Amino acid sequence: MIDTKLLESRNFLKEMDPRLKIISGFLYSFIVAVEKKFLFLIYLSALPLFLIIFLPDIKNLFKKLIPVNVFLLFLWILIPFTYPGEKTSFFFLKLSEEGIRYCWMITLKANLIVITTTLLLSTSPFLHIIHALHHLKLPEKLVNLFYFFSRYIPVLNRETTRLRISMKARSFIPKTSIHTYKTYGNLVGMIILNSYNRAGKVYTAMKARSFSGTFWTKNHFIWKRKDNITSLIFTLYFVTYFILKWLQ
Amino acid sequence: MAPIIILEDISIEYPERGKVLDGISLSVNKGEKVGIKGANGTGKTTLLHIIDGLLTPDNGKIFLFGKEMKSEEDFREARKKIGFLFQDSDDQLFSPTVEDDIAFGPLNLGWERKRVKEKVEEVIKEFGLENLRKRFSHTLSYGEKKIVAIATVVVMEPEIFLFDEPTTALDEKTERKIKDFILQQKEKTFIIVSHQDNFLKEVCNRLYELKNGKITPIPS
Repeated sequence: MIDTKLLESRNFLKEMDPRLKIISGFLYSFIVAVEKKFLFLIYLSALPLFLIIFLPDIKNLFKKLIPVNVFLLFLWILIPFTYPGEKTSFFFLKLSEEGIRYCWMITLKANLIVITTTLLLSTSPFLHIIHALHHLKLPEKLVNLFYFFSRYIPVLNRETTRLRISMKARSFIPKTSIHTYKTYGNLVGMIILNSYNRAGKVYTAMKARSFSGTFWTKNHFIWKRKDNITSLIFTLYFVTYFILKWLQ
Repeated sequence: MAPIIILEDISIEYPERGKVLDGISLSVNKGEKVGIKGANGTGKTTLLHIIDGLLTPDNGKIFLFGKEMKSEEDFREARKKIGFLFQDSDDQLFSPTVEDDIAFGPLNLGWERKRVKEKVEEVIKEFGLENLRKRFSHTLSYGEKKIVAIATVVVMEPEIFLFDEPTTALDEKTERKIKDFILQQKEKTFIIVSHQDNFLKEVCNRLYELKNGKITPIPS
């Protein structure tokens, strides 16, 4: 379930300190989200373009972009016709130029953010990212939630697969019928119940081993010299952006 | 008469476990009760999944009811006449009530409502599940779940039963019930995998051992 294909990347991305990744990824997404000028967005695309160099297999990255852009396609169908402002005719339809500009903006922003966060965050093991969140002093409950998420989503996935196989063994073939809807309803209900029960069992087992709400981590990150250089480059990049912003 | 199940040179390899089954050949006649013994992780469950077409082997041929199984379509037909009892009953039971769960298979087979109702009643009586019929299968005890799981399979009137560890972790009384059930089915064919030697000896007329991906007969 949790895709690890991007983990097989070249060293630079993999070895970057997860804390640095989270902070720069967050800052970057925030800046891109609020930026309103195309020119600045072009400056901002330099970071993902630079990071992509270190990715050996770009195909996996593109796969991740498909769902995002399918969603954006709907915006492209709706916004140009509904956006207020001056309209130009397009065959028998009326298009808003403002709307098209707006669509371009959203598409560019969404792709930049997804590409950059994917490059930064998917290139570290999930547990390292959670560990880093812990170090960044995020609320413990939130970190634990992320941790259980990563641990139990694959378990739920396996459970679903098993139920589906047993349905198949009893000659179940999905059709457009009440029987099929009922069966799927039962399946979902059972998965929720199973996960609830499992959560209870896991919690008891954890309590039995003296868990009291804190995960103590065994390994700690070591801030490497390379990280100094990387953070310097990132800082310069963001500072330049703010100076350009201030100058205009 | 031709054997009802024929396996020819079945092999399967898992990336993390290596070759689990290595050239398995086996033929079973109608009405035979075949027991397959083996330790944990020797591929017993895998073998049953392959016979039911739930897993595709890397190699080998499977003949069921005298016909070679070449596609999912073939297996779909065959599965209507095969009852698979899973090792973990929780995998098998997911309907709101025991009754619903028993009716699930027959409804999949497209039986008439009346016939489904009658058959469900019959099976409930046969297994003594009158008290449990309205219970939510999730609230049953381990042994009760096992019996209900068998009922959900029997109701489909299969000709072949594939039982995966049917008696593991059951008390004597429940185990006795399952044994009696198997011994009563004179006409039906069974393949039972288990690591419980005594149980297999009692209900099966042919025993095999699965070890290192190979199957060898155990002389009785």
